[in-house]
Amino acid sequence: MAYDYSKYLRAGKIPHIWCPGCGYGIIMKSLIRAIDATGIDKDDIVLTSGIGCASRLPGYMDFNTLHTTHGRSLAFATGVKVANPKLKVIALGGDGDMTAIGGNHFIHACRRNIDITCFVFNNYIYGMTGGQYSPTTPKNSKATTAPYGNADNQFDIAQLAIGAGATFVARTTTYHAVPMEKLIKQALDHKGFSVVEIMAGCPTGYGRKNKQGSPANMILWQKENAVPANKAKEMSEEEMAGKFAIGVLHEVQKAEYVEAYDAQVGLK
Amino acid sequence: MGKAESINIIVEYCKGCEICVELCPTKVLDMKDFKAHVADLDKCIACMQCELRCPDFAIEVYKKG
Repeated sequence: MAYDYSKYLRAGKIPHIWCPGCGYGIIMKSLIRAIDATGIDKDDIVLTSGIGCASRLPGYMDFNTLHTTHGRSLAFATGVKVANPKLKVIALGGDGDMTAIGGNHFIHACRRNIDITCFVFNNYIYGMTGGQYSPTTPKNSKATTAPYGNADNQFDIAQLAIGAGATFVARTTTYHAVPMEKLIKQALDHKGFSVVEIMAGCPTGYGRKNKQGSPANMILWQKENAVPANKAKEMSEEEMAGKFAIGVLHEVQKAEYVEAYDAQVGLK
Repeated sequence: MGKAESINIIVEYCKGCEICVELCPTKVLDMKDFKAHVADLDKCIACMQCELRCPDFAIEVYKKG
């Protein structure tokens, strides 16, 4: 039986705005299946986003949704969680939204360990505004603002989150649609700040400029360059060059922010 | 004999990215008028890869039985 996504989609909103071959639709489907698997009532879920291609996602989903200003997905999500801790708060954004414009919100939400699930859609580029390079654009890659190749070093979102204190950090790709669903469910079940970096292809903004071929080719590139986390640990830096680890990269238990705050001020 | 009862392509949703056509391991699908199209249903092994990786909610695979 084909999976029925319609329960979680706003009627009449599909087809979505994303370009042909954009990986974000694949992520949206995995997200729906994962949320369905957790069994959480859809009225208890809040989805927040900033600005960008990824941030269009909540518009299609039938939850409580907040489409906020650029980079402020986590700022609004923090407000919602503190005001009503019973809600399941999910904050999402693209690589630029979350690590450049919203970079400060991102590291401090990690540091606080507030119970929010954060999804960063990493397609290496600012897609909506026309393909400018972002903090995750690989060195030497081309972008509309880097016609001779990008001179900047690349951000590793997962490592950034681990360093800043997130208690659950994972990475997955659009090729791994089923494992992605399981990772998203694990992140949703985790108490504390969880980050899942999801690699997705942007055929229009990134793929075309960097001669990555068809959308299917971009998905197969992810398969070829993804290394399972346990295998990646045994590999040297040279062997990992150009590749990335997938799976659960970091998981610890720490005091959750809202509970710790309530205890601190004597509410509990 | 194929393992799928039917494959439903919602033509209004399909943007013609060809992900399904290229990733199908048994070449069940092809393109017709810039949209995905079922060429040979009998080859389908119901692996669901096309449905899972269609970014546009345009493919529904109905398994037999």
